[in-house]
Amino acid sequence: MAKSLHSNVVTNTLSVLSPLSLLLVWEACARVGFVDTRLLSSPTQIFQSLLPLLGSGELLYNTLVSMQRVLLGFVAGAVPGILLGMSMGISPLVRSAVEPMIQATYPIPKLAIMPLILLIFGLGETSKVFTIGIGVFYLVVINTMAGVLHIEKIYMDVAKNFGASRLDFYLTVAFPGALPMIFTGLKLGMGMALILVVAAEMSAAKAGVGWMIWRAYDMFAIEQMFVALIVLSVLGYVFSIFLDILERWVVPWKQRA
Amino acid sequence: MTCKSTSINVHNLHKSFHSRSGPISALTDITFNVKKGEFFVIVGPSGCGKTTLLRILAGLEEASGGQVVVSGAQQGRPANSMVFQEQSVFPWMTVRDNVAYGLRLRGIPKKERYETAETYIRMIGLSKFADAYPHQLSGGMKQRVSVARAFANDPEILLMDEPFGALDEQNRIILQQELIKIWEETRKTAVFITHSIDEAICLGDRVMIMTAHPGTIHCITEIDLPRPRDITAIRTNHRYNEIFVDIWGNLREEVLKSKQQELGTNN
Repeated sequence: MAKSLHSNVVTNTLSVLSPLSLLLVWEACARVGFVDTRLLSSPTQIFQSLLPLLGSGELLYNTLVSMQRVLLGFVAGAVPGILLGMSMGISPLVRSAVEPMIQATYPIPKLAIMPLILLIFGLGETSKVFTIGIGVFYLVVINTMAGVLHIEKIYMDVAKNFGASRLDFYLTVAFPGALPMIFTGLKLGMGMALILVVAAEMSAAKAGVGWMIWRAYDMFAIEQMFVALIVLSVLGYVFSIFLDILERWVVPWKQRA
Repeated sequence: MTCKSTSINVHNLHKSFHSRSGPISALTDITFNVKKGEFFVIVGPSGCGKTTLLRILAGLEEASGGQVVVSGAQQGRPANSMVFQEQSVFPWMTVRDNVAYGLRLRGIPKKERYETAETYIRMIGLSKFADAYPHQLSGGMKQRVSVARAFANDPEILLMDEPFGALDEQNRIILQQELIKIWEETRKTAVFITHSIDEAICLGDRVMIMTAHPGTIHCITEIDLPRPRDITAIRTNHRYNEIFVDIWGNLREEVLKSKQQELGTNN
């Protein structure tokens, strides 16, 4: 007991100290001239350019714009993904009709179809939301289907023996049984959404975190680029915590390590 | 065929499965009936098709031939509920929701079905765990929930497929005692599969011994031990020993035969 408490303190301290010391080494190298601050900047310089961006509200505005795109695209991809994935998992007919198309189009990098999406939906919000939605959709549909297919057969026997209707089966076995895998799909989809929002904003946008990065490149404002990267890191972290909390609430029965 | 006092009539039942080398006969020429309110035990060597037979009675599989008449649902009560051999309680439901599952599917309002569930949860001694999820329970507790789920559904017939087979001996004895108690209170028609002769004698009114593959009926033995039964006291009864020796005498040759078959197919 005492020993595990001791090692807990050690591991916690280490997890804080190690990134801190990396920052210190970075700063020191920048001051001494070991790293080229024109390309890699330094922690203090980045912090200095963070303040005006925060004060003017520019950072918040661009962050909110990106967040809105991510959330809209996430919902637009996740909801049909869950519904279709459930149907594919339950019905062999739907599965054999739809799965070949999913498998054939899944390997196409979603960025490769962005120009096409831009042509179809124009430069507005729709094209960005659609791009993100597509990326999320594939991950959710595949994982949801796998979730239903991996439910142990014994639970279907129980449902059948207790006289479950089709709807009962959906609500009491297929959906709850697939939920852990659905969440796996949602978490992967959230990562994909962040990749795609940045890519979409780099090519055709007038605001957003991705746009900030591209503008920083144009203006050679390396510090602003790092600020945008920090925002993305925080966004990813916040979204994953949100999904973890949601999972704990929706799947309270899952065994956690 | 069916008369009022019988619950299950099986006549000339056959079941075969398809395999690459042609159809394989799993059950042949099975004829027996189970009386209403009887505790009927089926014993046989492994691979004799006991589980298949029970799954046919449960309506989870279809017979290839012959007649199976299971007295149907009456007055809104379901025909049968099964207790499965393996872990079968839903991990995503609490103990309470698992036990109330059958009642939920029958559209019984929440308050009422929870009251019924409560009664059975108390009977199996899991009141403290009513809101727990199965991963918080031991194997024996999960199997108790599975038994309670079947009883709470109030079926005409209870079908149990080696429900205690995966438990250690101490847990098994405790659960057998609980099962006897609940069953003697409700007196439901029960069909119980086991490979344990001891379990068959302790629980059953009649024991059907099956032959090795393909499964057919070797004989049916009456267990003339008094009820209510005490699982500990019954073992000191001299009839218990006589019946044990009698059943083992019948079963031994079948077990040996199935061993030989296994060796034969392996070589």
